[in-house]
Amino acid sequence: MAWTPDQPIVSCKEVHKAFGAVEVLKGVSLDVAKGETICVIGPSGSGKSTLLRCINALVPINSGSITVEGQEVHDPKLDKLALRRKVGMVFQQYNLFPHKSALQNVMMAPVTVLKQDKAEVEQRAYRLLKKVRLEGKEQAYPGELSGGQQQRVAIARALAMNPDVMLFDEVTAALDPETVKEVLLTIRELAEEGMTCLLVTHEMGFAREIADMIYFTDRGVIVESGPPKDFFASAKDPRTKEFLSQIL
Amino acid sequence: MEWSWAFDWAREFYRETGINLTFVYDSFDRDRLARGFMNTVYLSLICLVLSVLIGIAGAWLQGSKLVWTRRIVQGYIQFFRNTPPLVQLYFFFFAVGSLMPTYENRFGMQEPMLDNFTWAVISLSFFAGAFNVEIFRSGIEAVPTSTVEAAESLGYNRLQTYRYIVLPLAFRVCLPALNNNLVNLVKTTTLAYAIAVPEMLYMANQIWSDSVNVPETMTFLLFAYVFLVGLLVWAMHSWERAMRLPGYGR
Repeated sequence: MAWTPDQPIVSCKEVHKAFGAVEVLKGVSLDVAKGETICVIGPSGSGKSTLLRCINALVPINSGSITVEGQEVHDPKLDKLALRRKVGMVFQQYNLFPHKSALQNVMMAPVTVLKQDKAEVEQRAYRLLKKVRLEGKEQAYPGELSGGQQQRVAIARALAMNPDVMLFDEVTAALDPETVKEVLLTIRELAEEGMTCLLVTHEMGFAREIADMIYFTDRGVIVESGPPKDFFASAKDPRTKEFLSQIL
Repeated sequence: MEWSWAFDWAREFYRETGINLTFVYDSFDRDRLARGFMNTVYLSLICLVLSVLIGIAGAWLQGSKLVWTRRIVQGYIQFFRNTPPLVQLYFFFFAVGSLMPTYENRFGMQEPMLDNFTWAVISLSFFAGAFNVEIFRSGIEAVPTSTVEAAESLGYNRLQTYRYIVLPLAFRVCLPALNNNLVNLVKTTTLAYAIAVPEMLYMANQIWSDSVNVPETMTFLLFAYVFLVGLLVWAMHSWERAMRLPGYGR
């Protein structure tokens, strides 16, 4: 069964995940259409980040199914490289490679993993760093960049693989308010260009603005979901209401 | 010969003071000591490279999913760390060496497959390698798992992650410890004396046995090691500086 763009690009069905005795995901289902931006919000420890990490096959799931472009992610025969070309991920702590310059961070994976032509990748890396507004910082090392700048290098690094889906795991949580803006601006541009984005975030204002769908998770289940207008205006579940009342 | 002034000076020095630097003015002693010095340098360099390779490979195998691979590496470390290097050298040369096949040389004599120099290389490399495995492991463990995950999410497989991300970062963390162990290795090459490898101590011993100038030769020996180890430490420190992560620390 070949995947076509009118089917969900990411599809989770009844995903269960436990770390030892602690059940983190207790049957999570969600679909993301191509070009859509969805935000997953919820209190800490509700399994948001784990869900993203499962989609990227960084952690295995216990039961259920996750497909990306029709490909089952937790198939033992899965070609992980093929999956990771499609799915880019940006982390809370940037996780840049500190021994490589910004430019090298962006270039490394396409050159060493995809064996693409170095000159061509270099051009693309310059273009991507310009796109995330880091022109002139190509030769700087991660230790010499601010948090917001590092995070934008991380976004450019993920984009260098030409992914179809981008996962953002609380990417502004470690940043000071000033630099949060620059990072969010970059993400918004991506979303507007039609990149499929899955965000785990605590930036409610941003989520309301950018998301096509909002999912609220609590204790391993999706409690409530809907387009941002409905979601923020008329949340029905008491847990959602309580959460929103605390942060809005 | 532009060095003749030095030989004349050493002879004059001997007449004046009784301090007998035969390894300066006597060409036979000079050659012996030079050969010993070079053998120590070769032995050190070969063991240095091999022990670092053993360390890298061992640390890689320690991260294996197979429990027996990890146990074998652990056994290797325990064996070489908990036994004296001199005993190891004897074990390899006399015990293992005597079990190895021999071949007939051009004089019709039976000769062992591996000579004493090779056994010294094997023994000392595994000895220092055992410590290097532990040193590299500590460096590898200092690399944050989140950095490894970032590499994984970019499609790196385990070997690529190890080669391009983990090792370069681990190296930086463990260079000071590695430095210490390699300094020890250079000094431990003197043990090869015990299986008659003609390294510097062995040659010096021959000189002072023939010329009865023990204090002079021993003093020279000490300075020669200070020089050799100093060179190594200087090189390692330069390397450390060159590898420093920009934007971190001092």
